[in-house]
Amino acid sequence: MDRQIKTLGVALLVLFLIVFAQVNYIQVFAADRISSNPANAKRQLIAEYKVDRGSILASDGATVLASSRKSPGDLRFQRRYPHAELYAHETGFYSFVFGRSELEASFNDYLAGDAAELLPQTLTDLILGRPKRGATIVSTLDPAIQEAAEQAAASESGEVAIAAIDPGSGDVLALYSEPSYDPNLLASQDPKVVRDAWDALNADPDKPLLSKASDELFPPGSTFKLVTASAALENGFGPDSLWPNPNQLDLPLTDATIQNFGGGTCSGGSQITMAEALRQSCNVVFGGIGLALGPEKLAAEARKYGFTAEAGDDLVPFDIPWTSGVFPAPETFEGRDPAVAISAIGQQDVAANPLQMALVAGAIGNGGVEMQPRLVTEARDPSGRVVAEFGPKEFSQPLSPQNAADLTQMMVSVVQSGTGTAAQIPGVTVAGKTGTAQHGEGANPHAWFVCFAPAEAPVVAVAVIVLDGGSLGSEATGGQVAAPIAKQVVEAALGV
Amino acid sequence: MSRVATARGRSSLAPSIAFTVLALILAIGAYVIAGFGKRGHLPATFALYVTIFAAGYAGALIAIRVLAPRADPALFPTAAVLVGLGFAMIFRLSGGLAAEQATWVIVGLIAFGATLLVVRDARMLDSYTYTIGLIGLLLLLLPVAPGIGRTINGARLWVQIGPIGFQPAEIGKVLIVIFLASYLTQKRELLQVATSRIGPFRLPPAKHLGPVLLAWGASLAILFIQRDLGASLLYFGIFVVMLWVATGRAAYLVIGLILFVIGAYAGWLLFDHVQLRVDIWLHALDPKKVFELGYGQLAQAEFGMASGGIVGTGLGQGSPGLIPFASTDFIFAAIGEELGLLGTTAVLLLYIVLVGKGLRIALRTQDAFSKLLAVGLSALVAIQAFVIVGGVTRVIPLTGVTLPFVSYGGSSLISNFVLLALLVRVSSGPLAPRTT
Repeated sequence: MDRQIKTLGVALLVLFLIVFAQVNYIQVFAADRISSNPANAKRQLIAEYKVDRGSILASDGATVLASSRKSPGDLRFQRRYPHAELYAHETGFYSFVFGRSELEASFNDYLAGDAAELLPQTLTDLILGRPKRGATIVSTLDPAIQEAAEQAAASESGEVAIAAIDPGSGDVLALYSEPSYDPNLLASQDPKVVRDAWDALNADPDKPLLSKASDELFPPGSTFKLVTASAALENGFGPDSLWPNPNQLDLPLTDATIQNFGGGTCSGGSQITMAEALRQSCNVVFGGIGLALGPEKLAAEARKYGFTAEAGDDLVPFDIPWTSGVFPAPETFEGRDPAVAISAIGQQDVAANPLQMALVAGAIGNGGVEMQPRLVTEARDPSGRVVAEFGPKEFSQPLSPQNAADLTQMMVSVVQSGTGTAAQIPGVTVAGKTGTAQHGEGANPHAWFVCFAPAEAPVVAVAVIVLDGGSLGSEATGGQVAAPIAKQVVEAALGV
Repeated sequence: MSRVATARGRSSLAPSIAFTVLALILAIGAYVIAGFGKRGHLPATFALYVTIFAAGYAGALIAIRVLAPRADPALFPTAAVLVGLGFAMIFRLSGGLAAEQATWVIVGLIAFGATLLVVRDARMLDSYTYTIGLIGLLLLLLPVAPGIGRTINGARLWVQIGPIGFQPAEIGKVLIVIFLASYLTQKRELLQVATSRIGPFRLPPAKHLGPVLLAWGASLAILFIQRDLGASLLYFGIFVVMLWVATGRAAYLVIGLILFVIGAYAGWLLFDHVQLRVDIWLHALDPKKVFELGYGQLAQAEFGMASGGIVGTGLGQGSPGLIPFASTDFIFAAIGEELGLLGTTAVLLLYIVLVGKGLRIALRTQDAFSKLLAVGLSALVAIQAFVIVGGVTRVIPLTGVTLPFVSYGGSSLISNFVLLALLVRVSSGPLAPRTT
């Protein structure tokens, strides 16, 4: 019997070793693959929602844009957005059905406590049996400016999108687009509430989930003349360079013409300076400048400002997904000279959004240096210690300091005595540019205004678009509709 | 005094106290951690459960010292760690179940002491071969009896008499092992005789093959009538192993294996639920099937273990509530989730120690009945643990049996404590050794 007992012992040991091998396979080698099974969603969610997710704060370090609070259900924490729609396009949403978006997605490592910097904290919490806590991130959004942007947008009946940045740092001070949405509904722990809200948002023709200030593209119209003027300055044409000033520009190869806004001739004689043409926003002159420079030089300058050849390529880096402006590759203009002239005045193949145009204005105001837009400055662990800092970064230098100063002066004239007088602020020199962008037959033009102030040492650059002319419809101009809105945002930034 | 008794002597007090204290610390430690993990503070039941476990384990230690002084010092503590670990996991899953399990621990420990007290010499069981066998068989068949039998979760295993529900097969298993040890000790010489050959295997006379076929038939009956795959496999496995150990004839293993394959194949052909079990085993994680009930249940156990990783989520920190039957059949997966690979490895090691101790006791024992009894009881623990752990980890198709000493359940826990007491008894030898 003893021999059999020994054999039995070995056999039973082998059985347990087989199980041991299998347990290793399940818990270590194939653990990730098994865990990613579609039927395992609930366990993953419960684990994810066990983390006391970090808050998203405004630049004052006090205003809470997103935070977590304890919840009685299976999901232990619930995401809250105290300001509902105001910061939705920047915070994004944190939904157990539809995942994460914007900062909730791009800074998830910090917010969820998975970032390497948080390891000491996470280990301490683990040992003390506390729930894992994420880092708080501090954004650049300034509540006073963001609220001013919301109010200014609300004062106009049309849809408005606004971007305000600090030219010196690239900090995004305000980024607001109508209509917005309430991320609290998508963060609900009731799947029906989430799905109903999601369906309604996606069915809405105004696309509330997308920010018109940074996600969508529109023709920039005459505000793009800042880029064309930059190209001219960088290629040796000073502000006082003289350009032909006919009443219309005959486009080569076709019967088409470019006309000035309103159809007349810009004042100042048969030849006017580039500065004068910008002040009056002469389409005819700038079409001519565009043709004189050619598509290569225009495209090269546009690239320096961050315009990409095709939507979605080589974006200017930003903390949340966005869409840089578009200026097509020079080759696409081959045999299409008229398109060069039309693009030089921001129509046809050119597209942008308020954030892109705020970057352009900001670069001019910042001595020709364009800063990368920045939305988050630092991450703090739950005890308030700063664990990561995200410093300002230069993106490019589209202008020499001298050319930047010259272009600034030209933009000051626009506000002082040109098309942008509605943006004047007593005691403050504002540099600006209007735009009234045609888009499609019969559609009312988009009204634009971009500016920065104070001109001599700007603290804010603002770009505003009022879609389809807003309350003035077909009669709208950037100077009338968009400039007053930009002015309110600048005032908020300057505290006047 | 015989040489064997001298060699054993009275085992020293220190190791058994040290092991038991260690088992107590592990049990209480796991329970307290589970309490913190679950609620963030010391469990409100702390004083009560610590008293129960401390008094219970101390009582068992005293009972062993008094009633089985030469017992192996590690036998009880090894099982005590498994019980404590199981209790912590059950407490973590449900405070109500933990209260019941604590009651069963008390009753089980009393049964443990009572068994040591009553069975003063393992050999006395050898005198009641057929009485014990008959009672064992009756207990096995009791759930089929009309009026008192109950079908729970598709298997007819329960007996309900008044307010008390229990699984008679749990204690029946132990009685059947005693019966087999006794029966095979008496018949082993007859069963060893080979009169014919099939290939390399010498076979005993046909009339002695009867018991093998009878056991096979009984196992199939359990499968057919009670629809209990796990028990069927368990009984037949135990029987074949004990027959082989008793006779030393490998032919019985081969015949047993062939009969098992035939039985299993027939079961697969005849029963939808057997086919389903096999399909679930093979395709539990198949994305096309994983959302169906049976597949999903087994899949949840895999998810739990996978999410535990090497160190586990920590007691009270995972979601073992998502695992079906987490406190009974699937408790191994719940341990895997919250204690990780370290926890599952520990459980496997504890069984290896327990079963290894049991077989070592068998080797050291001279008396053939006691020897075979120790082998049978050890094999019962080992095979039952393998059937459920192998099923939960998808090494074999899942059949529902409890994880010995760990799972929630009164019948199971009490029977396991009785089984443990018998192993302790065999390891210690008779209470009053004859002096020379």
